[in-house]
Amino acid sequence: MDPAKLPGFLAQRLVKAAIVVLAIVVCNFFLIHAAPGDPASVIAGQSGAADERFLQQLRTQFGLDQPLHVQLWIYVKGVLTLDLGFSHRQQMPVSTLIMDRLPATLLLTGAAFAFAITLGITLGTLAARRVGTWADSVITVLALTFYATPLFWVGLMLVLFFSVWLEWLPSFGMMSVGANLAGLALVLDVAKHLLLPALTLGLFYMAVYARLTRATMLEVADQDFVKTARAKGVPEGQVVRRHVLRNALLPVITFAGIQAGQLIGGSILVETVFAWPGIGRLAFEALLARDYPVLMGVFFATSVMVVLFNLLTDLLYAVVDPRVEVA
Amino acid sequence: MAFLKSFARNKGAVVGVVVLALVFVVAALADVIFPGTPWDMVAAPFMPPGEMDMLLGSDSLGRDVAAGIAHGARISLLVGAVSTVVALALGVSLGALAGYVGGVVDDLVMRFTEFFQTIPSFVLAILLVAIFTPTISSVVFAIAVVSWPPVARVVRAEFLSLRSREFVQAAEVLGKSRLSIVVGDILPNALSPIIVLSSLMVANAILLESALSFLGLGDPNLMTWGFLIGSGRSVIRLAWWMSVFPGVAIFLTVLALNLVGEGLSDALNPRLAGRRT
Repeated sequence: MDPAKLPGFLAQRLVKAAIVVLAIVVCNFFLIHAAPGDPASVIAGQSGAADERFLQQLRTQFGLDQPLHVQLWIYVKGVLTLDLGFSHRQQMPVSTLIMDRLPATLLLTGAAFAFAITLGITLGTLAARRVGTWADSVITVLALTFYATPLFWVGLMLVLFFSVWLEWLPSFGMMSVGANLAGLALVLDVAKHLLLPALTLGLFYMAVYARLTRATMLEVADQDFVKTARAKGVPEGQVVRRHVLRNALLPVITFAGIQAGQLIGGSILVETVFAWPGIGRLAFEALLARDYPVLMGVFFATSVMVVLFNLLTDLLYAVVDPRVEVA
Repeated sequence: MAFLKSFARNKGAVVGVVVLALVFVVAALADVIFPGTPWDMVAAPFMPPGEMDMLLGSDSLGRDVAAGIAHGARISLLVGAVSTVVALALGVSLGALAGYVGGVVDDLVMRFTEFFQTIPSFVLAILLVAIFTPTISSVVFAIAVVSWPPVARVVRAEFLSLRSREFVQAAEVLGKSRLSIVVGDILPNALSPIIVLSSLMVANAILLESALSFLGLGDPNLMTWGFLIGSGRSVIRLAWWMSVFPGVAIFLTVLALNLVGEGLSDALNPRLAGRRT
């Protein structure tokens, strides 16, 4: 894209992102009010331990005795100053709880995404170059299989195989308990714990990206500019890499952006299976305790993550493809 | 006839139909093959498959895993079908509205749809079920709320291309009401992509339901596949069969639905058959 247009493009996307975030906050607010029972007890986390004085204090704090639009304003103002409420269960502000768990989730989803996109594009390219051979069929069958398998079950089967039967890899947690490792030993330990969860989360998306890469590569390979390159005598490897793959990747990037939300949703299941100490595990614990402020905080935080990721892919797309115009 | 013929040409789709029929039979005959509730203790706990007359073993409370899977098939199929119907109703109405009316309405509906596609839908589903307490209707509702956006997009695109066709203009000239044009003239012509999409939606709904009940968000009175896997999770070292077999049931059902969906797509769009990715 024309560099001069970049600030405008960026501003427009930022406004869009801000609207989405605001809509999520409003959505959360109405969920509190749609819940059966007293909104104050929802905010308190229905912990049962919340006494009448505490509920009364919440009612004044959130203006629950005032008209709905005033309540909405108080709530939105709170969230925008990063006050996501207080977990009565854990006796901690929700934002602190989430920030504590964020790095683990980013590590897991980042690793899974990197694995899925590298292997997916590689396999998809392989399949496209060998259409109709056994390699192509294997990749298609693999993709179909992972499409149909529940994520959490894949995780359990990997645990069964690699942890219970082969005893190669640890089945839960992020690092060995009480080992007090440091430096390289710590990194290796975390990597060992990360392998199975990242694989579980990544396999499905690997299948998705492989299918998509294969499809778009076959489409691009038919186009005139590729024929021209071949006719000019450009070596085959270079045609595939520079002409076909580069153009085929654009839809893959877009799709990766669209799917960010699902990747993060999937991490809730994977973190539950592997007791990975991230946001997903936090959500599961909050679920068991019916700790609603934490659940809503997780919804808000994951949505913001998705919006940021979409912003990033939009930007990447605009930089990679000069044809993208500011719409 | 031509439809059946081109459907049968796709081998995978035929396999899918057969597997799906088997699941239906098991679900229908659950009460005959495994009388009584699947919650009853019928054997010693942790019996491996094949022992004490139990094909797939018993769980930590001595319940028959096979009985749980057979009864769970009903819930999975029911939730899959009903939530898809609800999502279709939502998606078709919104998509038809956007595509037929166009203009500002189209813009608004599409922004709304985009919003639902951006937010992490599984997290929203969890939140909805948790807040409205886990019952089968709240699960169906939550799945429908997160599954309608693709329908709306597809229906909108179909309506956009169909509304300026001659047969629609003819209907307008005849003085038909807008509603009867939308329902009677345009919708029947937009059905094939909706049919293809709905088989994939049932598959997705079954996966979502299993994920929710795995997390303990299923209806506490109903035996489901996800619940079975969830209860086998903590004892996987002791009793692998508790989590392996229900997962196989989910896998086979969802795979069959996906294959049927591809077969439908080939049969309904003969031009694209064989070119699919």
